[in-house]
Amino acid sequence: MKFSDQLEQRFSTMVTHYPTKRSVLVPMLLYIQDEVGALTDETIHEIAQRTDLSDLEVRNVISYYSMLRTRPVGKYNLQVCTNVSCLLRGADDIFEHCKKKLGIGNKESTPDGLFHVEEVECIGACCWAPALMMNYEFHENLTPAKIDELIDGLKKKEEQ
Amino acid sequence: MAYLVSHPDEVKVVSKHFGMGATNLDRYLELDGYKAVQKAISMGADAIINEVKASNLRGRGGAGFPTGLKWSFVPKQSAKPKYVLCNGDESEPGTCKDRLIFEHDPHAVIEGVMIAALAVGAKSGYIYLRGEYRYLLEIMEKAVADAYARGFIGKNIFGSGIDLDIFTHSGAGAYEVGEESALMESLEGKRGVPRIRPPFPAVVGLWGGPTVINNAETLASVPHIILGGGEWFANLGTPRNGGTRLFCLSGELEKPGVYELPMGYNLKKMIYDVSGGMTKGRNLKGVVPGGSSVQILTPDEIDVAMDFDSMMKAGSMLGSGGVIVLDDQMCIVRFALRVTKFYQHESCGWCIPCREGTDWMKKTLTRFHSGGGVAKDIDNLKYLAENMLGRTFCPLGDAAAMPIISYVQKFRKEFEDHLDGRPCPYEKAAEPALV
Ligand SMILES: Cc1cc2nc3c(=O)[nH]c(=O)nc-3n(C[C@H](O)[C@H](O)[C@H](O)COP(=O)(O)O)c2cc1C
Ligand code: SF4
Ligand code: FES
Repeated sequence: MKFSDQLEQRFSTMVTHYPTKRSVLVPMLLYIQDEVGALTDETIHEIAQRTDLSDLEVRNVISYYSMLRTRPVGKYNLQVCTNVSCLLRGADDIFEHCKKKLGIGNKESTPDGLFHVEEVECIGACCWAPALMMNYEFHENLTPAKIDELIDGLKKKEEQ
Repeated sequence: MAYLVSHPDEVKVVSKHFGMGATNLDRYLELDGYKAVQKAISMGADAIINEVKASNLRGRGGAGFPTGLKWSFVPKQSAKPKYVLCNGDESEPGTCKDRLIFEHDPHAVIEGVMIAALAVGAKSGYIYLRGEYRYLLEIMEKAVADAYARGFIGKNIFGSGIDLDIFTHSGAGAYEVGEESALMESLEGKRGVPRIRPPFPAVVGLWGGPTVINNAETLASVPHIILGGGEWFANLGTPRNGGTRLFCLSGELEKPGVYELPMGYNLKKMIYDVSGGMTKGRNLKGVVPGGSSVQILTPDEIDVAMDFDSMMKAGSMLGSGGVIVLDDQMCIVRFALRVTKFYQHESCGWCIPCREGTDWMKKTLTRFHSGGGVAKDIDNLKYLAENMLGRTFCPLGDAAAMPIISYVQKFRKEFEDHLDGRPCPYEKAAEPALV
């Protein structure tokens, strides 16, 4: 398998930053996932070869980190924080609203593969609660209306 | 983008450059940027450590360990390379301050890492950011690249003959990785399972070399200490608790936000004055003063100084600076359940008391909150938590246990009000989905 030019460049620079090859693993897995959509068998094998690890060792690392996954999720991943600061400001209602609006449950994707919703732990937006991350984008001080706006906006963008 | 707030009582040291465009290197230089590093080079290692000791700076990551003392544990001579590791994993519920530092003052973090490296004789520094902080990683990457382009980092920095490299590194979602030894495992490309100590990282750390690990806010304070002097910094706070702190005030408050206040600032004033008190007609129920890992304080216990020692005396901890304010619409059992669910999810599973204890507490609290509680559950929860204390490899076990003990002790009646099949009398919120 070949990495894209961008990943290739990431890898070749990063590998010079550490005394051991496997140190690139965690960030590199995330970059691969961002591009490919998931850590497929092929990508796992490729990164294992490059870091002198077995595929199993790489899988072992993947299973530890909550952001890493071996199956793709929807294009827009809504990660709703329900931890304490958000809970105090109505995160449960926000989470319910997301699920209802999209007609899916926790860790499910819409049939068209566009949206995925999941409950996550604190994302570092406690003072601007309730909050969610859409992929890597923070959305804070949420209300049901703001969620509608976000989701409807994304749907409209996809229709165009 | 995180929002900025301000209050007249703030003393802006670490947050001095927030909102001033300091991500731009030229702007940062106008604001006396990279002067602290140059001064540190001329001072030499021992003088840097002495200045930091004199500042009474204590770790902002949670434990409050004196920073200068930590640096002094690193052996002068070492066969293996030494390292500095900046902890930007920021995952303690209630805490969102390091995010502002990375967003608004990335070069201050770089300078802090450099000065720590000069103090201990390290040639490389790593800045580890949690995976969710991608936009901040991009800001940090650019700042590092800009500093390299000017020759501020790299070979022969500022003509000193010293070589110093700085690298950024991303996590991928895991609270436990914020624990210092798990952080090193993660940086080395492994699962974030802690290491047994001793040896401590200062002696055997990254790739076996002596390693200084500090929180991002701790390191961002260092350039100011070098420029302003240890004594000046120490005097901003209370005895043995130097400087200021970024306090993250969250909950149903009129003006929640991150405020930089002197160490020892009164907690009650912080809530009622700085952040404007409760909003939506709510009343205060309790305060978790240092991130979700610490013991709760009741409204009559909050007239206290917010420094490490005073909080300890008050029966809680200053922790990460996340001040979580509970209002009377929050059920303490529900709150306990959410806290426990978090620690159960994040436990790395290595030690049995932590892995099993958090799981049993979660199961008990889930059943309890939905009306299936029996009287002995209440003491059982406390018993479970007490038996986790001090019996684990890393402090996550304690972090999961201490809050629960305090909730049961201080809000026992609320637990009892759930008994006899009664539905939660305190709120009508939807049942929690299990993570
Ligand atoms: C479970 C757990 C999670 C932690 N998470 C963080 C974190 O996200 N950021 C941080 O700076 N320190 C965290 N710490 C504290 C670190 O272990 C370490 O004490 C700290 O980074 C040292 O820096 P300091 O002396 O500047 O505070 C955590 C500790 C534990 C036990
Ligand atoms: S206390 Fe918990 S998180 Fe820490 S090492 Fe033990 S099982 Fe892992
Ligand atoms: S608790 Fe939701 S962002 Fe911190």
